[in-house]
Amino acid sequence: MAEAVTSLKLQAPPAELEREPLVANRRSFGWISDQVSALVEGKTPRWWWIAFVPSFLALCMLGAMLTYQISTGVGVWGNNHPVMWGWDIINFVWWIGIGHAGTLISAILFLLRQRWRTAVNRAAEAMTIFAVMCAGIYPAMHVGRVWYDWFLLPVPTSNGAWPQFRSPLMWDVFAVSTYFTVSVLFWYVGLIPDLAVIRDRAKTKLRKFLYGLFALGWTGSNRHWSNYEKAYLILAGLATPLVLSVHSIVSLDFAVSQLPGWHTTIFPPYFVAGAVYSGFGMVLTLLVPLRKWCKLEDIITMRHIDLMCKVTLATGSIVGYAYFMEYFIAWYSGNPYERFTFFMRLFGPYWYGGWAMLMFNAFVPQLFWFKKCRTNLVVVFIISILVNVGMWFERFVIVVGSLYREFLPTNWGFYTPTWVDVCTYIGTFGLFLTCFLLFMRFLPMIAISEVKGVTPQADPHHPLGGAKTGGHH
Amino acid sequence: MPENGKAFGLIAEFETAADVLHAAESVRNAGFRRWDVFTPFPVHGMDKAMGMKNSKVGWFSFLGGVTGYTSGMLMIWWMNAVDYRLVIGGKPMFSPFGAFPPSYELTILLGAFGALFGMLFLNRLPRLHHPLLKHRRFSSVTHDRFFVVIETADPKYSETETRKLLEQAGSRHIELVEE
Repeated sequence: MAEAVTSLKLQAPPAELEREPLVANRRSFGWISDQVSALVEGKTPRWWWIAFVPSFLALCMLGAMLTYQISTGVGVWGNNHPVMWGWDIINFVWWIGIGHAGTLISAILFLLRQRWRTAVNRAAEAMTIFAVMCAGIYPAMHVGRVWYDWFLLPVPTSNGAWPQFRSPLMWDVFAVSTYFTVSVLFWYVGLIPDLAVIRDRAKTKLRKFLYGLFALGWTGSNRHWSNYEKAYLILAGLATPLVLSVHSIVSLDFAVSQLPGWHTTIFPPYFVAGAVYSGFGMVLTLLVPLRKWCKLEDIITMRHIDLMCKVTLATGSIVGYAYFMEYFIAWYSGNPYERFTFFMRLFGPYWYGGWAMLMFNAFVPQLFWFKKCRTNLVVVFIISILVNVGMWFERFVIVVGSLYREFLPTNWGFYTPTWVDVCTYIGTFGLFLTCFLLFMRFLPMIAISEVKGVTPQADPHHPLGGAKTGGHH
Repeated sequence: MPENGKAFGLIAEFETAADVLHAAESVRNAGFRRWDVFTPFPVHGMDKAMGMKNSKVGWFSFLGGVTGYTSGMLMIWWMNAVDYRLVIGGKPMFSPFGAFPPSYELTILLGAFGALFGMLFLNRLPRLHHPLLKHRRFSSVTHDRFFVVIETADPKYSETETRKLLEQAGSRHIELVEE
């Protein structure tokens, strides 16, 4: 019976039904190692310095701004009654939202067996970590007296009091610190086999020692891989509910209050969708130029870009739906305060924020329905930036737009950021880009062993993997 | 091979994933116990080919998660309802709902640490000195080569017979590794 089956030759599928391979041009294992390690081993490219110097200067400016803020007081920012949450909270939510795409790519797409994630997950996870670092600065500084930040931790103090665990702000402390820690763990676990790659290629003693130390003596043993893969699967399974909880809890900072515009049950899923959406925007902003500069077009192929555009489109549409729902509920509730807040979003003094968020988040990503847009890298890059501009305005509308006109007209006021606000925000870009550039110079920015694993020659049942007879057995 | 050092085992090199998979099957069928396969990436179906059981990392993660959740709940109950009682909005001193989010995060945090340290413990890592890491050809294991190593400590090990087995499995490069 089996003989009869093997002797029948099946017709190859038509060319248009063939899936594009995940690694283009039939690259070998060795090529993948060489190409990715070249970034870590070769001479520093000029573009790297051109990007690094301004980033590092911006990082220095961040240090100066924070020093000024700590030494003078929180009044150097524009926050004042009634808008007590200004750019600090906007940027906190914005940065932490960006981080979410990294975890989505590394954890959720892993659980969904989306093998294309291997090409982008390392860089996206690094983006997560650095974005959470930028985010963490804001709440820590926002408390005003930074030297009391440790009151947030459940540690014994001389006044004998403990933190108040019913506050969503306290939940935030746990959510964000867990998120940061687990993201770093996940990232590091993924890095272990690749650090061994760099260790085994190292030419100098120092490199061999340092990469060897952090590779923990990895040998590629299958008994190790078995435990490793299980641990990776569990970490993905843990990071998935974690990432959903983090932005849900961030949204509860708002939703638990009684303020019109904040007091909504739609906030947790709406925030998570927006976070993933903005994160994919940032991943595209980073990877569209980097794949060219780092000559990684065969690993991060046009198919990867296409798929990421589709995720952006899907999450952007969810965000658009949430906007529509918010407006519908504001009208349907019949609550005059709710209706007023949402009317002022589009027609009040900050009308531009409301329209920017609608345009950039609900309508601009709809361009990704067209293949012409998804395959044009210039268009993809511009849209990816507009995504993040739009998401910044969304947070501006939510934070400032809900606070400046609340119940009593005597409580109405305006909010203007100061130069310190602006420079601090630019400074966080410096921190983010400096960290990212150092990461890509010293660590493999593509998951080498994972990419090898998704090539056809990695499959022992594929002819390219050395199988004598085709098909599965 | 110099005779001054004790031999660690025989190392056989393979060029494709299918070759090393079939070699693993024949080593398993020959009844060896102290042996291993080394690959640049996890090869699909290798656990079965080596006759390995499911990894135990999950138990470590589970223990971590349970510890995280219970310690979170107990900590919040003790801090806010026992040691320094806080009345918030006239509500009960302790509510599992308000205590849930931090406990949930602690479940994930300790579960993740359990997975990482469980994996490292089961793999006996970090181990920075290993006879194989000194072997000249072995460094290509992270590049594009596949290896089967049978240790001399295995009760079935015999230099000639084992070498023959690996040759039959299709390896064209077999060497003795020093301890």
